[in-house]
Amino acid sequence: MSKHASPTLPAPVLWTRGDMDRFFETLRKEGYQPVGPTLRDGAIVYDTLSSTRDLPVGWGDEQEPGAYRLRKRGDEALFGYVVGPQSWKQYLFPPRRKLWSADRAAGGLEFKPSAEAPPKYAFIGVRGCELHALQVQDKAFLEGPYADPYYRAVREGSLVVAVNCGTSAATCFCASMGTGPKVERGFDLALTELLDGGQRFVVEAGSARGAKFVDELSPQAAAPEDLAEAARVVERTAATLRRKVEPGGLRELLARNLEHPRWDEVASRCQTCANCTLVCPTCFCSTVEDVSDLTGEHAERWRRWDSCFTFDHSYLHGGAVRASAMSRYRQWLTHKFGTWHDQFGVSGCVGCGRCISWCPVGIDVTEELAAIRANDLGKDGEHAHP
Amino acid sequence: MPRPAADLRPAPLAAEPMLPRAFRVAARRRETHDVFTLELEPADAPGEAFAFEPGQFNMLYVLGAGEVPISISGDPTRPGRLMHTVRAVGGVTRLLEGLKKGDSLGVRGPYGAPWPVLDAEGRDVVVVAGGIGLAPLRPLICQVLARRDRFGRVSIVFGTRSPADILLAKDLERWRSKFDVDVLLTVDHAPPGWRGHVGVVTALLPRAAFDPANARAFVCGPEVMMRFTVQELAHRGLPAASVHVTMERNMKCAIGLCGHCQYGPEFVCKDGPVFRFDRIERIFGVREL
Ligand SMILES: Cc1cc2nc3c(=O)[nH]c(=O)nc-3n(C[C@H](O)[C@H](O)[C@H](O)COP(=O)(O)OP(=O)(O)OC[C@H]3O[C@@H](n4cnc5c(N)ncnc54)[C@H](O)[C@@H]3O)c2cc1C
Ligand code: SF4
Ligand code: SF4
Ligand code: FES
Repeated sequence: MSKHASPTLPAPVLWTRGDMDRFFETLRKEGYQPVGPTLRDGAIVYDTLSSTRDLPVGWGDEQEPGAYRLRKRGDEALFGYVVGPQSWKQYLFPPRRKLWSADRAAGGLEFKPSAEAPPKYAFIGVRGCELHALQVQDKAFLEGPYADPYYRAVREGSLVVAVNCGTSAATCFCASMGTGPKVERGFDLALTELLDGGQRFVVEAGSARGAKFVDELSPQAAAPEDLAEAARVVERTAATLRRKVEPGGLRELLARNLEHPRWDEVASRCQTCANCTLVCPTCFCSTVEDVSDLTGEHAERWRRWDSCFTFDHSYLHGGAVRASAMSRYRQWLTHKFGTWHDQFGVSGCVGCGRCISWCPVGIDVTEELAAIRANDLGKDGEHAHP
Repeated sequence: MPRPAADLRPAPLAAEPMLPRAFRVAARRRETHDVFTLELEPADAPGEAFAFEPGQFNMLYVLGAGEVPISISGDPTRPGRLMHTVRAVGGVTRLLEGLKKGDSLGVRGPYGAPWPVLDAEGRDVVVVAGGIGLAPLRPLICQVLARRDRFGRVSIVFGTRSPADILLAKDLERWRSKFDVDVLLTVDHAPPGWRGHVGVVTALLPRAAFDPANARAFVCGPEVMMRFTVQELAHRGLPAASVHVTMERNMKCAIGLCGHCQYGPEFVCKDGPVFRFDRIERIFGVREL
């Protein structure tokens, strides 16, 4: 986890692609496991990286509601795409993790917590929206009355290497959510890839932990022209963003529109497949599974990702509270954009666009919110024009 | 706090908050054909008392089968064995029903926001319970009766399906025998020979004596029963801020991490299960929330 920039942090430096490879070696020497974007099965996913060659070199992506495609960029860019179907939460909040095991012993049941300690990760290529998603999940996993010990260990042990976006997808709406494309805080190192005039990287330290790498690799300081070009890269990206959410008053808007006809309309398209919640970098729901061996003397409790789109999520003896697709879509959207503010003081959406691209029928949260805003049923349940 | 980057050790894990503690069944009692009470003590410290506040609950774990939220039904003014009163309805609760004296199970807790009993001091108290809802209210009733002089009039209104479904019958008998507690009992259906009241709890509410300007009501039961009860209490002039209800939602963690117990903006496991009614009034009537 990173501290705020302090005056003792070194000035930004300029790295070549060769420096980037030396950076990967240094990371491993320091005990970090570098993880980041790589190509697999027609998408850019996150996995262990051994050098810059494992990154999706020269690849870009095109995204639309319900559509994701890779394309060759025609250059050697290391970070020339945006976010794919996965997010960093898979490392902090693994899709499946053993919590404890229990054995029947002479003195009664014996419970043993899972001792498995996480690796020290170096997260390579964390985007502005994703930095915010980490901070949003911190509130759920670390800042309540009980903290998740595994999440805490990963978060505290890992190095966050952010990247300023040099491109955007049609599904991105970070600017309207105030999360990007520029990375502002919460990183150990931040990279901006410059392509005009030869590939190079402006590298900025955001914490003492990150500064160590800048010092150790001791390359040249970034020239004022490089810094100016780095600033232009994010400005140009920001100018390409088309999608947006009007953020003001969303919490109140949704709270007073729980009976809006749009919920039924969107439910007629929603497949309740749970894709949106699984790709969403902030969704934190989980369920537990009990497994036991044949003797019935040994059992384990596992936690795995869950989604409010499943029947079991709201199951009470006798049936599910949220039995209809209408009520499940309403739970998702009102939680992300509304009640998250009540619970954690921030929006649950960071504008990454994943749920829009990976929805099999192309449901677009920005469009759903706009539709509700356009026909606001009014304060205190008064129907304006239903 | 971040550790130095040169530290090659994997980060250590803090204690697992979802790890249960082993308890044993010290005694079990049948309440009705499907309700039973368990008295439990820690397997490694049999005499140790279990501290909790009225309205709080535990997660009870049966080896390999699962974990369920169950309210604590003991008397908080007489610390001792942990007590749970359970209705067997499905997988885990039926296995709990089959536990015998000496059997082992997992317990973690106590969790959740309690009934604000102190806030009711100096006022009339109305307790309204439906079915198994009497169990989470028992600790509150015990606490009120242990300091009876600090409260105004006390009424306990209890409704259940049939005379055969009257749980905690001994307690009801004991409370009914007190001259300064009004116990009102009703059943939905009764066989011939039942001399008590037949009908829904709300039909008995008008008989509960309280000053709406200076009373607190505590309500626990099925959602429909609570809906009609709060309506009737409001009709009697009791403001929503003087009424407390409990909500029930699926729970996997009970510590605010799994997301299952969400009820609009609330997490029932940590913001509830006891809610002051005005806090949830706006969403209480919304279907499938
Ligand atoms: C805060 C709280 C306090 C409770 N206190 C009591 C009590 O004092 N006495 C009592 O008899 N019952 C109580 N319940 C209800 C009790 O938890 C359920 O009856 C029990 O979970 C049913 O589990 P099962 O495995 O037997 O049923 P199944 O129908 O087989 O349920 C399968 C699983 O679904 C979940 N589930 C099902 N019903 C509920 C439910 N109503 N609430 C939460 N999770 C559920 C559980 O994880 C359960 O293991 C309480 C519920 C809550 C939320
Ligand atoms: S709701 Fe959609 S756009 Fe917002 S953070 Fe989640 S996946 Fe990204
Ligand atoms: S949107 Fe659904 S899956 Fe995501 S955190 Fe909220 S309740 Fe959980
Ligand atoms: S039960 Fe898991 S968040 Fe409440």
